[in-house]
Amino acid sequence: METGKIREERRLSGVSKDQRDVRQGDDGAPPGEAPTLGMKIEDLSAFYGSFKAVTDVSIDIRANKVTALIGPSGCGKSTFIRCLNRMHEVLPGAHAEGRVMLGDQDIYAKTSDPVNIRRRVGMVFQKPNPFSKSIYENVAWGARINGYKGDMDELVERSLKHAALWEEVKDRLKESGHGLSGGQQQRLCIARTLAVEPEVILMDEPASALDPVSTQKIEDTMEQLKQSYTVVIVTHNMQQAARISDYTGFFYIENMGDPGRLWEFDGTEKMFSNPERKETEDYVTGRFG
Amino acid sequence: MTRGGKKAGRQESGGPEFKASMSTRYGLDKAFTALVTGAALVGVVVLALLLADVVRDGSTMLSPEFLTSFPSQVFPEKGGIYPALIGSLWLLGLTGLISVPLGLGAAVYLEEYAEDTRINRIIEINISNLAGVPSVIYGLLGLGIFVQLLAPVTGGGSVLTGALTLSLLILPVIIVATREALRAIPGSIREGGYALGATQWEVIWSHLLPRALPGALTGIILALSRAVGEAAPILVVGVSLYQTYVTAGPFDGYMALPTQIYDWISRPQQVFQDSAAAGIVVAMVVLLLANSFAIWLRNRYQQRS
Repeated sequence: METGKIREERRLSGVSKDQRDVRQGDDGAPPGEAPTLGMKIEDLSAFYGSFKAVTDVSIDIRANKVTALIGPSGCGKSTFIRCLNRMHEVLPGAHAEGRVMLGDQDIYAKTSDPVNIRRRVGMVFQKPNPFSKSIYENVAWGARINGYKGDMDELVERSLKHAALWEEVKDRLKESGHGLSGGQQQRLCIARTLAVEPEVILMDEPASALDPVSTQKIEDTMEQLKQSYTVVIVTHNMQQAARISDYTGFFYIENMGDPGRLWEFDGTEKMFSNPERKETEDYVTGRFG
Repeated sequence: MTRGGKKAGRQESGGPEFKASMSTRYGLDKAFTALVTGAALVGVVVLALLLADVVRDGSTMLSPEFLTSFPSQVFPEKGGIYPALIGSLWLLGLTGLISVPLGLGAAVYLEEYAEDTRINRIIEINISNLAGVPSVIYGLLGLGIFVQLLAPVTGGGSVLTGALTLSLLILPVIIVATREALRAIPGSIREGGYALGATQWEVIWSHLLPRALPGALTGIILALSRAVGEAAPILVVGVSLYQTYVTAGPFDGYMALPTQIYDWISRPQQVFQDSAAAGIVVAMVVLLLANSFAIWLRNRYQQRS
């Protein structure tokens, strides 16, 4: 049973106690404070109609850490990340099976409401997709529909500051979000995600459509975000994964037409210096993909 | 050809294999420009001639009194278009009130809610085809349903019945235009809304409808213009060719500009011909004003988004 073996290996390499302790040392986090669990995914498979795109992914997402998902195109990273806030099923005919624990709630349980889940697990997309509204309204809208009763001006300012955009837009909050540059638009999308105060933020290649300077700003923002949020990011850019993430998962498809799998998952440093599996090493050293 | 051939060859082409003559290509370019300009001019010139002719014929009748008087067979030169004008304004307003929400709603359902099933596809194809059905057929439908079957509700041949019938006529156009506008909105906008924990209604109301509105308004303008200009369907459902009062409520009888013009133009005396021409001018001004308002509305929305 190849799959059983893989899963066993992953479990050993990915989330074992001593591994975490090693990572702790690297992070310079206070000793003794074990990273808490942000999301626990068990045997998640994703389908488009009858086609299985991702199969049997089990992974523990650590709270207040950045977890990067890398791998060649078409191996199911984006599909997988969209399963973590039930955005996958928005596409016609798409569904997911398995368990995704957010705290002690299975987001795929019958009693879980996808609309509520998506507020708790926010998402930033590959292409900046600001609403056709003012900068202020872009940030305030999500909070308003979710019944935010506090000081909206303060929330907008705080969210924009958190997304490192405040200084650039504070004098033109009434102008359209479309007037911003691509990188600013993406940070606006991050700000509006922060404004609904999620627990986890999913980012699907958030910098792939941006220039290096904008990318740098997004990465700086992410560094800030993990103080307060759990971040999961899909990226094609391996340097980016190595720079910003604490944990890295490698997705891979062995044969054309197979569903994508999580091939290896470990601390980022180990994944990039001494991965367990040959395919991971080939990929992170740029031999394919 | 030989004269300056070497020079021309060097200027005009990248290599000896490129033999096209620039003068031929530019000649074709000019010819095509002339062709499309001519095509555009035909429309404009014909329209201008028509307008000039109508204004000249109608000028004897056009006056403020023409707008505020009832048509008269005894003193036709003192007759006016007042009840028809008010009737048409009622038709325009009621038709808009009925068809715009229904059309937008149907379009939102078909584009955002309907699953891709066989039945829904049949509905879609039928709606597109309905746009091509002759308007008099809608009149017969209106006669059967609104005038006869629903007489207790609509008051029989009332202006409400006329508006309901015209609404049926233009619904397909509004639905198709709105669907096109909704389809042009990238899916990423919907996803961005959902990812913040919005319900489908919240996304549609806050992001999709405002963005689709300029496109939808274009369809609504065209459709309402067509409705107000229609004579055939309202003739079938009981427009008055003459009445002694002005339409004051949705259950009143009504006259309308196109039928009034039609009535005048079918009479042999010159004064009625002139009245018809003046009526055409009034009808065109009404449409122009309505369209200007809608275009202003559309531009306002476009600026905001």
